[in-house]
Amino acid sequence: MGKKVVLLFLFTLLSVLSLFAPSLSGFQSDELLVDDDEVGQPQSHSQQSSSVTKSDQTVTPSPTPRRKFSDSDSDSKIQFTLEHAFGDSDFSPAGTFSARLKTSAHGGQTLTKLRFSRNAFTDAEKESFKSLVEGDDFYKIRLPSNVLSPPGKDFVVTSVKARCISRETLDEHFVIHTEGVNILGVNYGAPAPCSYPRPAKLPSKWLFNSYTILKNTEQAPRTPLFIQDVLKTGEEGEAEVVAPPERSFWAKYWMYVIPLGLIVMNAVTQAMNMPEEQAPGQPGGGAPAAPGAVQRAPSSAARRR
Amino acid sequence: MGTMLRGFLLLLSLLSITAPAFSLYEDQVGLADWHQKYIGKVKDAVFHTQKTGRKRVVVSTEENVIASLDLRHGEIFWRHVLGPNDVIDRIDIAMGKYVITLSSEGSILRAWNLPDGQMVWEAFLQGPHSSKSSLLVPASLKVDKDNVILAFGKGCLHAVSGIHGEILWKKDLEAESFEIQHMIQASGSDLIHLVGFVGSSRFDSYTIDAKRGELLKHDSAAIPGGYSGQASLVSSSTLVVMDSAGSTVTTISFQDGKVTFSQTPVSTLIEDFVGKAKLLALKLEGVFAVKTGTHTTFVRVTVEGKLEVVDKINHATAVSDVLEISENRQAFAFVHSRSNGIDLTVKLGADWNHDLLKESIKMDQERGSVQKVYINNYIRTDRSHGFRALIVMEDHSLLLVQQGAVVWSREDALASVIDVKTSELPVEKKGVSVAKVEESLFEWLQGHVLKLKGTLMLASPDDMAAIQSLRLKASGKSKMTRDHNGFRKLLIVLTKAGKVFALHTGDGRIVWSRLLNSLRQSETCENPTGLNLFPWHVPHHHALDENPSALVVSRCGPSDDALGLLSFVDTYTGKELSSSSLDHSVVQVIPLPFMDSTEQRLHLLIDASGQAHLYPKTSDALSVFRPELSNVYWYSVEAETGIIKGYALKEKASDDYSFDTRSIWSIVFPSESEKIIKTSTRKLNEVVHTQAKVVADQDAMFKYISKNLLFVATVAPKASGDIGSSTPEESWLIVYLIDTITGRILHRMTHHGAQGPVEAVVSENWVIYHYFNLRAHKYEMSVIEIYDQSRADNKDVWKLILGKHNLTSPVSSYSRPEIMTRSQSYFFTHSVKSIAVTSTAKGITSKQLLIGTVGDQVLALDKRFLDPRRSVNPTQAEKEEGIIPLTDSLPIIPQSYITHALKVEGLRGIETVPAKLESTTLIFAYGVDLFFTRFAPSRTYDSLTEDFSYALLLLTIVALVAAIFITWILSEKKELRDKWR
Repeated sequence: MGKKVVLLFLFTLLSVLSLFAPSLSGFQSDELLVDDDEVGQPQSHSQQSSSVTKSDQTVTPSPTPRRKFSDSDSDSKIQFTLEHAFGDSDFSPAGTFSARLKTSAHGGQTLTKLRFSRNAFTDAEKESFKSLVEGDDFYKIRLPSNVLSPPGKDFVVTSVKARCISRETLDEHFVIHTEGVNILGVNYGAPAPCSYPRPAKLPSKWLFNSYTILKNTEQAPRTPLFIQDVLKTGEEGEAEVVAPPERSFWAKYWMYVIPLGLIVMNAVTQAMNMPEEQAPGQPGGGAPAAPGAVQRAPSSAARRR
Repeated sequence: MGTMLRGFLLLLSLLSITAPAFSLYEDQVGLADWHQKYIGKVKDAVFHTQKTGRKRVVVSTEENVIASLDLRHGEIFWRHVLGPNDVIDRIDIAMGKYVITLSSEGSILRAWNLPDGQMVWEAFLQGPHSSKSSLLVPASLKVDKDNVILAFGKGCLHAVSGIHGEILWKKDLEAESFEIQHMIQASGSDLIHLVGFVGSSRFDSYTIDAKRGELLKHDSAAIPGGYSGQASLVSSSTLVVMDSAGSTVTTISFQDGKVTFSQTPVSTLIEDFVGKAKLLALKLEGVFAVKTGTHTTFVRVTVEGKLEVVDKINHATAVSDVLEISENRQAFAFVHSRSNGIDLTVKLGADWNHDLLKESIKMDQERGSVQKVYINNYIRTDRSHGFRALIVMEDHSLLLVQQGAVVWSREDALASVIDVKTSELPVEKKGVSVAKVEESLFEWLQGHVLKLKGTLMLASPDDMAAIQSLRLKASGKSKMTRDHNGFRKLLIVLTKAGKVFALHTGDGRIVWSRLLNSLRQSETCENPTGLNLFPWHVPHHHALDENPSALVVSRCGPSDDALGLLSFVDTYTGKELSSSSLDHSVVQVIPLPFMDSTEQRLHLLIDASGQAHLYPKTSDALSVFRPELSNVYWYSVEAETGIIKGYALKEKASDDYSFDTRSIWSIVFPSESEKIIKTSTRKLNEVVHTQAKVVADQDAMFKYISKNLLFVATVAPKASGDIGSSTPEESWLIVYLIDTITGRILHRMTHHGAQGPVEAVVSENWVIYHYFNLRAHKYEMSVIEIYDQSRADNKDVWKLILGKHNLTSPVSSYSRPEIMTRSQSYFFTHSVKSIAVTSTAKGITSKQLLIGTVGDQVLALDKRFLDPRRSVNPTQAEKEEGIIPLTDSLPIIPQSYITHALKVEGLRGIETVPAKLESTTLIFAYGVDLFFTRFAPSRTYDSLTEDFSYALLLLTIVALVAAIFITWILSEKKELRDKWR
């Protein structure tokens, strides 16, 4: 999996390099292709924008895919903070998400172009993180449930075992589920698998590798409506009944032919044996008439002798 | 040849779809299934014993059933389940041939034909606002030769024709919040008095001409001291009410347009009175009854309005209504329970010192206190008055008592099942337990004589029935021991009455029943309600000499923060082993997958403050639990606020067996656009056999199998009402799949123009849910299947050989899931009450959905119909795999109703239990009725059918052996002869 992400990353890096060649100078990050599990889903209904940002570097806007509503929409910038907590400690700011709020023609608002800047750990935070790793405890983050009027109804909290994100660097992966201006939930964790038992390992570099994805709801597939199709298939079906595909004689009647053949063969062998039996049978004189089948084998053997 | 084989396979698979694998022949009904009819706790009863013909009693119950019962045997003549949306308020019998019911807060009046229960007419009564309802069937009142039925409901009085249910006249009383108390017909006149209260302080009386519906008079007066909602009618012009404090009795006289009050403190009537007094509903001329604590006091109101104590009974007592036994002679009964029985006393209203009847009735089992009593009289052979009483007990059972004995009893607690668990039966011990259930030698001989008679065609119909029952017995299905196939089990059932039953799966008989002491009303626990049943102790090591036990979790009241109660019941004998009242509430019970050294299952009880308590409270259990502490998570769904929260345990225990918890994740649904209406999870004990699914093109997909999958359905708040209350544009249904350890939203999907109610079932790696599609005006069922992509590259053979796969590594929820979902929707004709799925011992057998339909039947639907990979033209390979061509709706095959011709009235739940035999699953459907059957989702491929002729098989083998032997001898002889030749 890890390899795959890196590959994807490199690939997209290259592609964007070629696109943004003149303005490139200081940038390295760019768009991560849409997550694996979304490939093949209808894209027209789900608005996903995603970006890979490295916290220690400047942030670039990712090229957004073209959308249904464009010019008439009014955009506004919006910011909301990510807060974190170590174990049961209080929450403190850990980074800032900034996004553009698109207002579509019919009043719906959607978040797009999510960018993220992560604050580096302070020394005190590093210490608390170390103790989390030692105790296999939770590293918690939270986001407001409403980005316009934070925190909204409540904070959206999620936690991960600190050992999971502690790799070479601190690797983290956000999937933020939004509904308009509301955040429903955050899938947070390491991009790589975190297998159990978790090794207690401190990062060698205190750098954040953050991947963020904004996810909106998917449209359910429509129930198939069959008014036309049924007619079509119905006709086809009837046609099939009228003219079944031609099969060979053998294919049609093998089940009759084989037993028939067997019976015929049996009869033939019996008929062949009959006259032979009678010939040696007569000199036998007083021998009782035994069943032909039993008689046959020894008699023919005798004959050969 | 290859294509031919394929064609044959296809034919087979098609046959297996179209020919229902599960339909029965007519004579197979009742062999593996049973059906029991119940009515629920009786809340009102009317006797019908006049004239000749069958004597019956018509009852209405808490389960909203109206039933006519045979007075001789207690059997149901007929019955109608009106359902929870149509609560029965009153019943009565009119004109000696119709049963009249008033339901839905007095808005529906129906007449049912008394002999057969056919509905004769139905009248919808409308009014401006909801109010209490009342029904009066005057015996002698006639309007144009038509009997009149007077029904008060929704603030209006209606006179309805008794013959065809037409509304003759309607009178709106135009009084907001008038709560009717009584409707009285003044004797011998056409005047109707309506008495009632407005709020808690005003008394109103109306006099109406019953012929034309004119309001003749309206009196109103303020009641001094307020009104508690209890009133007793003493005479046609006197009403006694209890004040709101429960300490003063007010007598209201409303004769001749004048309303007068007189107040009497209860303490003057009853010495040493403390607390609150209650009025009992007694309609005896001149007498009312006051209940104080466990005492009942009868007080007479004299003509001058004075009160005098007539009698005092020092027991918890139920008092019957008054029965007119002859001109001006009224009788009534009161019953109270003793330690091992009940005492029934019938008194004449006028003569207090003399008892018409005094009987004590012994009862063979604990049934709790007497709740209600209804009496009926008959003429004895010596021309004196005899009385029979219908008694409703605390355990919701119904008894008919006559001549000092219980004539029949009905266990109607079984109409209100809360939870079901199964328990294994005892292991067969040689010579000990079997001997008890097996028939004696004499019976054995008798059986053989009967069978002989049957074969010689000498048997009478009675004998034939006996032979049939013997045959059933011989199949051993009702034995009290474990069987090889695991078909025989005990169904442990917890009911609303607080009574626990053990039903035998073979024939549905009650093996034992127990009214739990901890679930009875007491001083400390006002209103105990049962919550759940859990298998507490399932012995494996000492299965021969230890009995399994079950845990009953209940709480003291309806609210979440009421204190909890635990009680432990032996599942073989029904003995209540122990019980304890907890010092904390119970919101959630988590059975943990750990056992202590005595094989008691560990349970974690979560209270309202979020603390977790470990049970059993032993150091042994604690030592088992401690190492797993960091791996215990749970979640709570707060449907009102729209928040789902996940929790973990804190390492530090606040006391020895209690643990603090901390919230680790939360999902917040925006309240303006989403409202949680359904959550569903996988069954904890479900077994999945294969982790991979082989698809058509020789490829494999790995199922995402997680025990921690939560399905949540939310709808737009506007669309949370009934179907049709919102437009398709403003309604949507959003479904979520959530991992309950990390709070990850694995999948989210919106159905536009859809709304609830949603029923869902989660199993293996799929979810199936049922909802309403407003755009198509049809019900729909959708399926989501979840596949794990992270293991998809394990398909490489080389990796498997070199051991570079990750199939054996433990799966952690903290790894980022790479899932792929497939989904598809289909129309479904029925609305659905409940959905379940078959479960088998090893999970190999293919699954069938069990759908509780709106007609109270259980329909089996093959899961393959709900495969998201169905397409319009499946390829040849897909067809071979068994993929059915796509259709827009799911078929309903009449033969696949597993309840065949029966109905499980008021169906509420379907429980499936795996049998030991892999192909078979046991299904228990409950509602007002109970239904049990055995079901093989893909036929019984692993055993011979019951009608398999072993004799024929044996005969064939014997014949073959004989043939071999004979031919061998013949050939030997022949050989010998040849050699001699």
